[in-house]
Amino acid sequence: MSWVNAIIQGILVGGLYALFACGLSLMFGVMKVVNLAHGDLAVVAGYIAIGVITVTHIPVLWSFLIVVPVMAVLGYVLQRTILQGALDRSVLATLLVTFGLSVVIENGLLQFFTANTRGIGSGLALVSGSFSIGSIQIGYLPLVIFATAVVVLLGLQYFLSTSRYGRLIRAVADDKEAAQLAGADYRHVFGIAAAVAFGTVALGGIAYGMYAQLAPTTGTDTILLFAFAAVVIGGLGSLWGTLLGGVVLGVAQQIGAQISISDETLAGFIVFLAVLALRPQGLISRGAQS
Amino acid sequence: MSGPPDGERPESGTPLLEVRDLVVHHGQLRALDGISLRVFPGEVYAIIGANGAGKSTLLRTIAGLHSPTAGSVLFDGTDVTGLRPERRARQGIVMVPEGRRLFGSLSVEENLQVGGAFAREGPWTIERVYETFDWMRERRNQAASQLSGGEQQTVAIGRALLANPRVLLLDELSLGLAPVVVQRIYGMLPQILAAGLTVLLVEQDVSQALRVASHIHCLLEGRTTLEGTPTGVSADQVEAAYFGLAGAAPGPAPEGSES
Repeated sequence: MSWVNAIIQGILVGGLYALFACGLSLMFGVMKVVNLAHGDLAVVAGYIAIGVITVTHIPVLWSFLIVVPVMAVLGYVLQRTILQGALDRSVLATLLVTFGLSVVIENGLLQFFTANTRGIGSGLALVSGSFSIGSIQIGYLPLVIFATAVVVLLGLQYFLSTSRYGRLIRAVADDKEAAQLAGADYRHVFGIAAAVAFGTVALGGIAYGMYAQLAPTTGTDTILLFAFAAVVIGGLGSLWGTLLGGVVLGVAQQIGAQISISDETLAGFIVFLAVLALRPQGLISRGAQS
Repeated sequence: MSGPPDGERPESGTPLLEVRDLVVHHGQLRALDGISLRVFPGEVYAIIGANGAGKSTLLRTIAGLHSPTAGSVLFDGTDVTGLRPERRARQGIVMVPEGRRLFGSLSVEENLQVGGAFAREGPWTIERVYETFDWMRERRNQAASQLSGGEQQTVAIGRALLANPRVLLLDELSLGLAPVVVQRIYGMLPQILAAGLTVLLVEQDVSQALRVASHIHCLLEGRTTLEGTPTGVSADQVEAAYFGLAGAAPGPAPEGSES
């Protein structure tokens, strides 16, 4: 039964990883930007949420109504300024710039908020509560996070496949010069895509702050790594691949933990390496979806 | 094509599109060396020339995809040389790029929708495109990448038309297509022109260009070697201008050309 439990817990935490991963995947798929500051931006979103909750006393769960738009605007502005500036030079430059951004954010957070860890909404019934089916305990929070991830992915898919800007984002990702010839300013479209990606980053950051604890270094040592692993396992540029990748990563970790608690992270990265070696295009390759 | 008879080019009024002394470099290479041309409303203006003559470079510079080293591009009397391609497209300079360049992961209809996303006011709607190219309607949900070359070329033209262009730039429509398909695509031109359109096209296939054009302009290594109406130039002149045969002087400066 403990194995079944491990698999179920793994699937649920996979939703969290998918929330981390889908923004990373979107930015790579559209702009070819590998955003090394992705995890740090999630942490920034988490800290903003903590600040918003402290100042306005709004219910913890509703903090996303403020944090998501704030991060989306930040995404648009960052894309139109330093990320586009780097893209105009070379794809390699975007790696350097986002790495620099990551270092700046991390040290800025350390400077202003110290290295102490912070949680979001600790003590809430939602965060610590659970229910049981037979001998399996299921936490409310992992279930809510998983459901959120599914809703976000459905929303993203709907946005990309039916809305005017979703269509433009896909067109620009296919051929930005041809999109220009149709009158589309690809820089603006990139900005919109970044805004959407940062919106999902915000949800990831808040979710992680509730699920675990945020510290200035969480972004690079946990969120970015797990996001990368989920994206690579699932398949670059594939939205639903990020959920599959997140779930595979989560299950691998939980099974690893079942064997020995210290093997949790290791097991996840062994699966990551195995996929990279045996099926480098990921479990769902890009052409399979749009 | 009912081009104006020899010697009666609609000279009056401003040209819709004018290129003045255009010089374009690709790195060190001087791809265009002082090209001037004037395209009047309603014309089908064909630029011919061999591979590497600079035809596509000229068209891409007019569309805004290359920046000229010197010279200017005027659209309806206004200098658009500094405008980005998307701004020019929204003003009505719309190009069908070489090699079709459809959005491969989008469906036929989505390609058309993107083409119309920033459209000017005008006669072209998706419905009208479907009426003009009737096979497209039933295959509108198919991915553009699954179409044949000729079908893709037609969708690319439809996509451009949806922007309601004032001048349509066609870059090597015939490239990589079977002659019968090329015939069919050029055969659609009169229908498109009936909606009040000016066309500037680049074509390697000289006989095709002579058949549809009201005015031709031959390039060789980035320079103008011949300009005139298809009926006003002889086959020998075209051949000489196209290949740059020794001793071939630029054809007798035809009416209206400034060089």
